[in-house]
Amino acid sequence: MNSFYIILFLPFLFAIIVPFLFKYINKRIHTGWFVLFVPLTIFLYLLQYIPIVAKGDTREYILPWIPSLNINITTYIDGLGLLFGLLISGVGTLVILYSIYYLSKEREELHNFYIYLLMFMGAMLGLVFSDHILILYGFWELTSISSFLLIGYWFERKNSRYGALKSLLITVFGGLAMLAGFIMLILMAETYSIREMIANVGEITNHSLFITALVLVLLGAFTKSAQFPFSIWLPDAMEAPTPVSAYLHSATMVKAGIYLVARLTPIFAGSASWFWLVAGVGIVTLFYGSFNAIRQTDLKALLAFSTISQLGLVMSLLGIGSLAVYFGQSENGILFSAATFAAIFHLFNHSTFKGSLFMVVGIVDHETGTRDIRRLGGLMHVMPITFTIAVIGAFSMAGLPPFNGFLSKEMFFAGVNDVANAGVFGLEQFGLLFPIIAWVASVFTFVYCMILVFKTFTGKFRPEKLTRKVHEAPFGMLVSPIILGLIVVLVFFFPNVLGEYILIPALAAVLPMMQINASDFHISAWHGVNLELWMTIGVVVVGILLYKTLKGWVKLFNNYPYRLTLNHFYDQSLAGTEQFSQNVTNRYMTGSLRQYLVYIFAFFVLLLMGSFITLYGFQFDFSKFAPIELFDIAIVIGIVLAAFVVLFTSHRITAIVTLGAIGYFVSMFFVLFQAPDLGLTQFVVETVTTVLFLLCFYHLPKLKKNIGKISFKLTNLIISLAMGATVTILALAAFGHKVFEPISYFFEKSYELAGAKNIVNAILVDFRGFDTMLEISVLAIAGLGVYVLIRQGSRRREQSNETK
Amino acid sequence: MKPNDVILQSVTKVAVVIIFTFSVYLFMNGHHNPGGGFIGGLSTAAAIVLLYLAFDIEKVRENIRIDFKKLTAIGVLLAVCTGLGGVVFGKEFLTQAFGYFELPVFGETELTSALIFDTGVALAVIGTAVNIILSISEDR
Repeated sequence: MNSFYIILFLPFLFAIIVPFLFKYINKRIHTGWFVLFVPLTIFLYLLQYIPIVAKGDTREYILPWIPSLNINITTYIDGLGLLFGLLISGVGTLVILYSIYYLSKEREELHNFYIYLLMFMGAMLGLVFSDHILILYGFWELTSISSFLLIGYWFERKNSRYGALKSLLITVFGGLAMLAGFIMLILMAETYSIREMIANVGEITNHSLFITALVLVLLGAFTKSAQFPFSIWLPDAMEAPTPVSAYLHSATMVKAGIYLVARLTPIFAGSASWFWLVAGVGIVTLFYGSFNAIRQTDLKALLAFSTISQLGLVMSLLGIGSLAVYFGQSENGILFSAATFAAIFHLFNHSTFKGSLFMVVGIVDHETGTRDIRRLGGLMHVMPITFTIAVIGAFSMAGLPPFNGFLSKEMFFAGVNDVANAGVFGLEQFGLLFPIIAWVASVFTFVYCMILVFKTFTGKFRPEKLTRKVHEAPFGMLVSPIILGLIVVLVFFFPNVLGEYILIPALAAVLPMMQINASDFHISAWHGVNLELWMTIGVVVVGILLYKTLKGWVKLFNNYPYRLTLNHFYDQSLAGTEQFSQNVTNRYMTGSLRQYLVYIFAFFVLLLMGSFITLYGFQFDFSKFAPIELFDIAIVIGIVLAAFVVLFTSHRITAIVTLGAIGYFVSMFFVLFQAPDLGLTQFVVETVTTVLFLLCFYHLPKLKKNIGKISFKLTNLIISLAMGATVTILALAAFGHKVFEPISYFFEKSYELAGAKNIVNAILVDFRGFDTMLEISVLAIAGLGVYVLIRQGSRRREQSNETK
Repeated sequence: MKPNDVILQSVTKVAVVIIFTFSVYLFMNGHHNPGGGFIGGLSTAAAIVLLYLAFDIEKVRENIRIDFKKLTAIGVLLAVCTGLGGVVFGKEFLTQAFGYFELPVFGETELTSALIFDTGVALAVIGTAVNIILSISEDR
């Protein structure tokens, strides 16, 4: 096994020993210190691939799992996987470091926390490095499950459980849709390997399942990445501990969908539906998230909506970048591959600044005891370091220099401006919408970033509203956000180091068909006075104006009715489906045996008659019928009369006696048809059953003595007539279709074979003795059953008499 | 006053003997003529039920000291063991054998292992039938 697999499975392996660490060492040393070593090792290990991947090389490893089904844990390390791998392990290290100071080692169930977190980390690493599409799916669901566990970490809180369930329902819904899409992909490409699919892309694009697979796969990506309208789980997932929010819901899990879109771009991109779905949903999400973020009063909810918005931004850039596949290696192609480059760049930037912002909010929450911006304010002087990091993160998010968000925001504007002029896929008419929506959303983004910083840290300090004595966070808690903040600033000043070593290889992985020329993707902080710069200036000016007048217009948000929100729709539909299925079940599961019998018989009739009609079963052959004798007719008339008496009599005793008569008639039939054994047995058994019936009659409760006729019900009549007709037709048709010779000649030799002249008996005890053996076992069980039922009943009666 | 059942009891004493004989005839004859373990067992049970009707349950129980639940079990066991007999001789389960033997009283007689199997059937049927009727009649 390659050492890479040890690294890949390290989180899972380490998760096994976490409980032991917690149980025996946690009293002295926080468990997190041991866990910290895992992502750090992975990060350092992955660093060695940077030079390899930067040169344009890739690495592939295969670990057989189910070789007979061609399912192997195939891993593939290229630029995209490595970028994500580094993000996951790097941010993971910082988050675990942060969590050591954030979570108390005395009060918290740390072993649960770190096991879930390690599970998630391993799943996420497996997801980004998998080349086998089903293995990718497996890891994908594992991220959903571990994220569910992490959101519900404080499971005694109702909101945590609600948020966890919501995220699980939505992401697994998408995940299952994605699985269907994957299976279609496998069918189309006849391979499990994503790279081979990319190599055989021609077969996929011309296949009739192409659009269906595209939509299903995107459904998975959109639910995971909280795109509109599946974004509703993300704000509720904020009930998780803040390190989890920082890790899962800003840097890693929500980017799994982005990863998937980027990874499958070479397969699906180039079609109009992909472009419109990805770019369109992305831009709508961008607007929706930024618009809703403004009205939040909880800092984490604000950050959640901002995450949604930023993910929409990345998604729309990926959609715009897919045009590069359409245009191919031309001037336009390079222009649009810049959008993909911007997407990757912003993805990286977002992980850094959003991670630091979540940590900042966690610090504020930890030190003041609240995240509500209406109670916070003036923390700047109390928590100067936290404030500095918040400014760096928020200004980067708003897209201001000198932070990395500025660079990617400029590139984003360039992308949407280009798309307005693309002139394909109906963009001639609607292309202009992109820059307009993007610009408005950016204004909103600017406003909520300002809210985040200034409402929390400036203004008047009101310690009387806070429950704790506020002071700066401990240094250990600040280390992680400081490192992330430093990266934010450093990337602005040296973007091309990152670009050359990590982003361009990732771009090459997303757009393998393009000749990536490194000089085309040189990031410069200053690229002259152009439209993008003016747009940014406009964002800042309008944003400041809006922020200053915030009090005037933010009330408009509050008038927005709750009934029209997606959350309300989700809750209603959840309750609605429950109510609906309950109604449906109650409708047919009435508890009445009569109803169930009606279902059974109706089904029987429909199925038999249906197959009869469709398979042309009405072929009767009366030629083989034996002649009918006078005795037969007489007995049949007797039976029919007796049956009518049973149906129409109002006395039970008459019914019992008539039933007995039918039994004796049948035994006469046996006599007529030369079956003496049957006749004898039928005669005796009929007698016994009649006696037992009479016994039951004698013991009927005296409560309802008014015995009436059987009440008439039309359904009963129809069903019984249909049932009788079906069985009759079936019997007649079957008689006409005697295809094979009967095997009874074999038993006619019973005297030679079994030494018995009575064929029936020879069959019972010799030829088919096994049946008889089990029949007498049935009899014995029935006898014991009667005994036990009666004895238990009388014993219980005795007991209840004693207690009285 | 206890009703006087002299006639019933006297007739029963005679009838039971006849019914028992008839049952044994049905049972033994099953191999070549109508009859066999099932109907033989049922008619035996009928005779026993007649005894129960004519006499007191306690009285019959004193004279026929048989636990009918055990009788059922013995019957099923006998049937299964006959099947195992075939296995012992290297044949398939439930292989029956028959042969003709010269017996002191009966002369040349056909003996079959199926008869033992049929005995099992008869015992199980007697046991079950009487057991059910006894259980129900005791439930007062």
